[in-house]
Amino acid sequence: MELGTQLLQYLLSGLATGAIYALIGIGFSIIYNATGIINFAQGEFVMLGGMVTVFLLKAHHLPLWAAIPLAVLIVTLVGFLFERLAIRPLRKATPISLVIVTIGGSILLRGLAMLIWDKDTHSLPSFSGDDPITVAGATVLPQHLWILGITLVLITLNKWFFSHTISGKAMRACSCNPRAAALVGIDVRRMVLFSFVISAAMGALAGIIVAPLTMTSYDVGGMLGLKGFCAAIIGGMSSGLPTVLGGLILGVLESLGAGLISSGYKDAIAFIILLLILFLRPQGLFGKPESERV
Amino acid sequence: MLKLKNINTYYGKVHALKNVSLHLAEGEIVTLIGANGAGKTTILNTISGVTPASGGNILFQKEEINALAPDRVVKLGISQVPEGRQVFKSMTVEENLELGAYLRYRARDAKAAIQKDMQEIFQLFPRLDERRRQAAGTMSGGEQQMLAIGRALMARPKLLLLDEPSMGLAPLVVQEIFRVLQQLRAERGVTILLVEQNAKAVLKLADRGYVLETGKVILEGPADELLENAEVKRAYLGKDKKEIWER
Repeated sequence: MELGTQLLQYLLSGLATGAIYALIGIGFSIIYNATGIINFAQGEFVMLGGMVTVFLLKAHHLPLWAAIPLAVLIVTLVGFLFERLAIRPLRKATPISLVIVTIGGSILLRGLAMLIWDKDTHSLPSFSGDDPITVAGATVLPQHLWILGITLVLITLNKWFFSHTISGKAMRACSCNPRAAALVGIDVRRMVLFSFVISAAMGALAGIIVAPLTMTSYDVGGMLGLKGFCAAIIGGMSSGLPTVLGGLILGVLESLGAGLISSGYKDAIAFIILLLILFLRPQGLFGKPESERV
Repeated sequence: MLKLKNINTYYGKVHALKNVSLHLAEGEIVTLIGANGAGKTTILNTISGVTPASGGNILFQKEEINALAPDRVVKLGISQVPEGRQVFKSMTVEENLELGAYLRYRARDAKAAIQKDMQEIFQLFPRLDERRRQAAGTMSGGEQQMLAIGRALMARPKLLLLDEPSMGLAPLVVQEIFRVLQQLRAERGVTILLVEQNAKAVLKLADRGYVLETGKVILEGPADELLENAEVKRAYLGKDKKEIWER
């Protein structure tokens, strides 16, 4: 293969993985903006999305089109319960103790997944076959297109929710100024609950659409979660376009690094970027220093 | 309309309000004056449910509202314009106003009514109309104050609580804001409770006033009497103690 075609190949598969990171990153940002905490259980929502779908397919023999929405629903419920049982009772806690609670929650969810299912790696069928499509010499799988398409739809919906609905605006108001939000009558605690519900749903979908490519198991949440976190950091914890770009940049760099240097360094690339951003541009790649964060 | 009876509020161990009682009749403009730390802001936040009182009663239209959550208080018709404006800085003027009407969105035909109210706010403060798509944080202090008042009005309050609306503003802007407050009372019958440092200006606007010191009401009466009161003059109107002595 020529170098040009090769680069295109890396770019295309990088964009697809990047889209997944973007979705997970947005989940991080939404919760961060509503509560000021990093939810380290975000990766487990992603894992649960894939695992619950596998379980519904294999154990209950549901068709894929029914298993996916049901799995999203179940994981969303898990997000709801997680906020109710682990976060809300500790409203007066400091952010650092809440972050530790999310780490604990993450370990718990992972352990439960292992007990309920098993330690094996499972695959999910592709949504529409595995025949590769050739684009200018490079090949893409139909699943790549599904990932890009679904991500695009979700990001558009997310954008629409935050800029055109009163609930979305209320959530932005809470992150902008929680005291003033309470004074106009916004129930800040409900918005926190909302943020967990939305993030769980987005995480679950990310986990489902990526599972046909990468397989899934009880412990995929850790790495996917950290990659999503990295995307959110590149995007300056924005719940919009910057984090999407952060995810795509990360995905493409990883794919280029794996292809051109060595696939052994794939994960290292994400963490080098994460550290560089935190050292050099803690406000995110696109943010202005000391700017107002939405 | 509003009655506070023996209110005691604590910030942690600090006893911020000590047996505070006050009342407002419908359509009145009442002011709370006093030095920093006297408890003026705490009174507003206790009414709004932000720092609930540990003892005493707050009756609003004969209903007990002590310890209600802030959103319930807004729903009953009490809106606060907080100290330092506290607009949603990264959001546009229009979005700030929409959020002021947040609790009304669930009602039927809410959108049309909210749009209409927003037009009224723009008539009240034409400068906000010019900046409707601008981020609130990029506006001047005076414009942000107008926005904060507009946002509170979007909830259609019967009682408006204002915390130092003149802080840091040019005298002309303060005049404009006070003029709007009078207009609100005259045209909409809004009752107003106003906390101010600028005692002289506010006592000319208000009907009655309360003077607070270290969490207690030490003086109350009609605004014109307070303006003439020797103690108020000495402490809050900047008249020299000696000058009053000599008279």
